[in-house]
Amino acid sequence: MSIIIDEELCTGCANCIESCMYDAIELDNNIAKVLPNCTLCRACIETCPEEAISIEHEEVKTQEIDISQFKGVWVVAEHYKKKIQNVSFQLLSKGRELADLLQVKLSFVLLGKDFDDELEELSLNGMDEIIYIKSPILKDYYSDLYTKVITELVIENKPEIILIGATPTGRDFAPRVAKRLNAGLTADCTGLEINLETRNLLQTRPTYGGSIMATIRTPSNRPQMATVRAGIFNMPEKVKKNVNIRKIEYQFEEKDSVSKIVKIISKTKSNVNIEDAKFIVAGGRGVGSREGFRIIEELADVLDAELGGSRITVELNWLDPDRQIGQTGKTVSPKLYIACGISGAIQHIVGMQNSEIVVAINKDPNAPIFNWAHYGIVGDLHEIIPVLIQEFKKLKSEE
Amino acid sequence: MCIKQVPGVSEVKIDPKTNTLVREGVKSIINPNDRNALELALTLKEEHKVEVIALSMGPPQAEEALREALAMGIDRAFLLSDRAFAGADTLATSHTLALAIKKILKEFNSEEKYLIICGAQAVDGDTGQVPPELAEELGIPQITYVQNIELSEDKIVVERKFRATEIVVIETKLPALISVLIDINKPRFPSMVGIMKAYEKANVVYFDSNALNADKSKIGLNGSMTEVEKIFFPERKVNPIMIEGSAEEIVQKLCQYLKNDKVF
Repeated sequence: MSIIIDEELCTGCANCIESCMYDAIELDNNIAKVLPNCTLCRACIETCPEEAISIEHEEVKTQEIDISQFKGVWVVAEHYKKKIQNVSFQLLSKGRELADLLQVKLSFVLLGKDFDDELEELSLNGMDEIIYIKSPILKDYYSDLYTKVITELVIENKPEIILIGATPTGRDFAPRVAKRLNAGLTADCTGLEINLETRNLLQTRPTYGGSIMATIRTPSNRPQMATVRAGIFNMPEKVKKNVNIRKIEYQFEEKDSVSKIVKIISKTKSNVNIEDAKFIVAGGRGVGSREGFRIIEELADVLDAELGGSRITVELNWLDPDRQIGQTGKTVSPKLYIACGISGAIQHIVGMQNSEIVVAINKDPNAPIFNWAHYGIVGDLHEIIPVLIQEFKKLKSEE
Repeated sequence: MCIKQVPGVSEVKIDPKTNTLVREGVKSIINPNDRNALELALTLKEEHKVEVIALSMGPPQAEEALREALAMGIDRAFLLSDRAFAGADTLATSHTLALAIKKILKEFNSEEKYLIICGAQAVDGDTGQVPPELAEELGIPQITYVQNIELSEDKIVVERKFRATEIVVIETKLPALISVLIDINKPRFPSMVGIMKAYEKANVVYFDSNALNADKSKIGLNGSMTEVEKIFFPERKVNPIMIEGSAEEIVQKLCQYLKNDKVF
């Protein structure tokens, strides 16, 4: 298995060397040469203007399964405190689109306890079927019970696609289920499309910190599993239609899980609601220190904006956890988003990309945040923000 | 514990003019999150007198990552390296790691009681899928996204961050696997003595596919269910208007733009 360079076609342009994240290509006599530390990631193949790079490998595939037996799209619900999470609804809206293209059923798989009275309301979200697995213990999330139930359901019902929220919960059981079924799983997809000829799910995801996008497929096995972050797809429109409800009761007890939940601790201090904020001022690592963050707070104050930040600022204790914006935090969509010292890792971008106007202030002209900003300012935020605060104060007093 | 050598991606940027990767001073590093796994393993070693074994899969140059782990204080290091392992997705990777772990546990006679520690995710692939898949393959419980752990004779009690503001405390018996978050601890630096020992005395043991008795259809590209259809550079969402000048000029211009956009 290796990357092959066609020496006749190679012009020594070195584009492939630029593209290699692993320093695994060098020029030898003006011809590209692949080194042993190549990981076969294929980033170079796309960048070659001469199409001189290809991948060669000996196929030793295990026996193929009949993928045509697998039909239907599933969305696995996530809930906390009896509330279905938005990401599950967003997956239903994407799932509807995929199911219509494939002309199959869309099923919503819900493992829980007290949802009997909610099913009617839930059925307005575009699915054809709700598979409700009811058990008192499933009020909470158990890794092993979820894996067992979902794997058994898949073996029995044979769906071709399963969509799961890329949350700490979804990212916990999805790989375990995938391994048990030997199914392909793609993490954190930002785009899902169908190749109608092969019925393959084309799963696009950011990789290498968002600097490269990769489209992944699972050609020879089913189901095709994908996790998707919150805020990537839209919420579904409510529709009234006939939804088949399959209720299956499981007699689980606490001892059926290898793990025991001792307690759940909530760290929410206040009723921060940055999801609905009109203005947000957010800081990143570039702010420099906890003391430095005061200036961000002051800017937020004068603008009547909510304060936010990237994950690192929470990890460094500069900011409360419920103000974290991004993949593992909140998804926001304000009218104005001012990003101060935020480099713009894709994990942050997915939390704020729906903002109407984005202003980015960063020292580094190459920071990826500028790819997402309407107005970019290259400079020291500690010099610019004080002037900005004065100006906003002036504007406010004029009003 | 498992570690991965990754490119220093925080240094990788897109050149906005040519839309190509700019790789200034990029070198391979231990995946930052795996340093937290290393630190935790070393803390547990000090408190409980356990032996710490580090495992990595990658090209021969990944030995550098294991040498660094040895310098930090781990006891033994194993590198799974073979062209046949290359191109693996998470299913094939977890299978290969599991083969090696089973072999090592057998050699050390500790199949009954062990703890596997991984970083929650790697900065290059960033899937976080290998830890649960590895636990499944080993047939042991997993607890992912851990930010605190107490180890006792035959069980662990951990704090798992399952939402931005919520933690669940979970208890499970050993053997088990945990994946740790970056905020669990502050990784130490290798000491001078550690570095000398790691390079002069310590030994990194290599396993290839034969040593693991691996089924060729379950490793590398062949063992992967997923495959890459294409790779491309992300499109810029907008072309930013770059505002230049003195701080005063910048602020004046910005406010004018925002007024025109009817933000205020």
